[in-house]
Amino acid sequence: MIQRRGLKRWLLALAALHGVVACAGFFAPYDPAEQDRERPYLPPMKIHLVDAQGLHHLRPFFYAVRLRDGSFDQFEESTGQPLPLQFFVTGARYRLLGLVPTRLHLFGAQTSRIHLLGSDAYGRDQLSRILYGGQISLLAGLLGAGLTLFLGVLVGATAGYYGGWRDGLFMRLAELFAALPWLYLLFALRAFLPLAVSPVRAFFLIILVIGAVGWARPARLVRGVVLSARERDFVRAARGFGATDGYLLRRHILPETSSVILTQAAILVPQFVLAEMTLSFLGLGVPEPVPTWGNLLASLQQYSVLLSYWWMYVPALAIVPFFLGYLGLASTLHQDAGIGKIERTSSWNSW
Amino acid sequence: MRYLLHRLTQAVFLLIGASLLTFLFSTLAPGNYFDEMRLNPQISPETVTALRAQYQLDRPLPVRYARWVRSLLRGEMGFSFSYNTPVAPLLWVRARNTLLLTVFATLFAWALALPLGIWSATTLGRAPDRALSWATAALLVIPDLVLALGLLILAVRSGWFPTGGMVSVGFENFSRIQQFRDVASHMELPVIALVLSALPILVRHVRAAVAEVLEAPFLRAAASHGIRRSRLLCRYALRAAANPLISLFGFSVGALLSGSLLVEVVMSWPGLGPLLLEAILARDLYVVIGGVLFSTMFLVLGNFLADLLVYWADPRIRTRTAAQ
Repeated sequence: MIQRRGLKRWLLALAALHGVVACAGFFAPYDPAEQDRERPYLPPMKIHLVDAQGLHHLRPFFYAVRLRDGSFDQFEESTGQPLPLQFFVTGARYRLLGLVPTRLHLFGAQTSRIHLLGSDAYGRDQLSRILYGGQISLLAGLLGAGLTLFLGVLVGATAGYYGGWRDGLFMRLAELFAALPWLYLLFALRAFLPLAVSPVRAFFLIILVIGAVGWARPARLVRGVVLSARERDFVRAARGFGATDGYLLRRHILPETSSVILTQAAILVPQFVLAEMTLSFLGLGVPEPVPTWGNLLASLQQYSVLLSYWWMYVPALAIVPFFLGYLGLASTLHQDAGIGKIERTSSWNSW
Repeated sequence: MRYLLHRLTQAVFLLIGASLLTFLFSTLAPGNYFDEMRLNPQISPETVTALRAQYQLDRPLPVRYARWVRSLLRGEMGFSFSYNTPVAPLLWVRARNTLLLTVFATLFAWALALPLGIWSATTLGRAPDRALSWATAALLVIPDLVLALGLLILAVRSGWFPTGGMVSVGFENFSRIQQFRDVASHMELPVIALVLSALPILVRHVRAAVAEVLEAPFLRAAASHGIRRSRLLCRYALRAAANPLISLFGFSVGALLSGSLLVEVVMSWPGLGPLLLEAILARDLYVVIGGVLFSTMFLVLGNFLADLLVYWADPRIRTRTAAQ
């Protein structure tokens, strides 16, 4: 309980990060699918406070960007007219949190589009795509982790509580799943599911695949806890009073596993977000035009993009603060649970 | 010896289980390699059916599995539809390249992790330990995909490393030494990516294991007998801390294998990774199964190696099995 404060801090940080992504429509200046074919691969625009004449401005501003003369892919700022950055502007329609229809955006500009993180091959705003892409990637990670933990608890509790042939069978199976290299297993499962599907179906397919692959480790941990909880005095007493198996599991045994499950969740979610990224990056996940962190990176597989348009790499960095948050959370949870070793949080379960 | 034999049979069962599992997955497949052909008006449905029959894809699962096991015993591991050859020779070449990366990455990662982890453990709580903790934490929060892509961009823009593939143009005309150096220089970048992705976890485990042992009474006793610090660390502490580290070695092989799958695709290293990806996209059933099994085999080998090392390093295991 010493770590309560640390725990709260990490939870708050994670809540803030997820909040930004959940309200992507508000923080993103544009619709993620809105194209500007005139300006592909626009480099990130700079925000200025001092203009070309050396005058200071109170309001941050930027310059519109035009093609350099005699070039077809080099852009330059047209420093003639500073365009003020405006806050709380009305722009593209979206639904806040998928519910409230609104047109309010945190920032934007008139007369010219502003691309703080540049634009992609179709002139779509990178920042907007990263924010919207996070919704898909994070949701896939969260739902995948949920599915895995559900399977893990189901299998682990059954094996631990009933023992016997169920224990033997499930634990052998868990051993098998844990023994295969994680990413290869993920690929093997993905390989035999349909390839060309709609983004929505692909999304659920990914969750299914990711969720089905990682259950072995939580199942083993839950089994261990259930095995010891089953023999505790209060559980025996309850059984002596005639409690049914269902009641015992629900009321006395599964609550014991909560700290293991929470820690596992903190470890699994970022891993699964990364798994979605990996699959989508390789073209096995959610396809275009829906943005996800993975398929935003897919263009980096072309050498020319890698060489000339470094800002296409920025979506990769989006996951780093989330990783940090979850890692911090996992290690404080570990310390809370009395395991006390930060080393163990960085599990080899993944790669 | 019985201990090793036991571990060996376990490994064999694991491989059989893995092959069954991948076959089971393959029945999930709604389509197969020949489905694409159905869309082609120049190929008649009868031809497609005949092809399916020829490769026995229309048979039930047990029959296919039995056939595959027979072909495995012949050293073929099934048939690749898109390459039109047996799978095994196809995989061997690629597996060799993957192994090249993984072996070197494992060696370098451990060669770096051991001294760094020991250094960190001996300076627990002081500046070097804290700096290393920060460094490992920083590396830990950068996922390997991000790391590999970042390194690739760095390499492409700076020109410090050759990028893409395993050999330069005109490799065949190089002398033996030039060929060796060419491959080595192409290996640099993927190996760096793999080592950096594995390093933080290894360093942290080494640190934890050694720090735990350094607290042990027998080491204090040894230190108070005036045994030199370096000797204390190498002969006494490391030996005692070896056990968890060796089992970690087995895990690190698996981690590096999975990591290498991704790094290979990102850096277009002609290993199992790109082949597997290609096979998935083409629905080349037996290549996928073969690829997964090959990687499992490496992993099992790595774990078996770790078992051997434990057997060698830890007298308790030898006496325990002898007593049985």
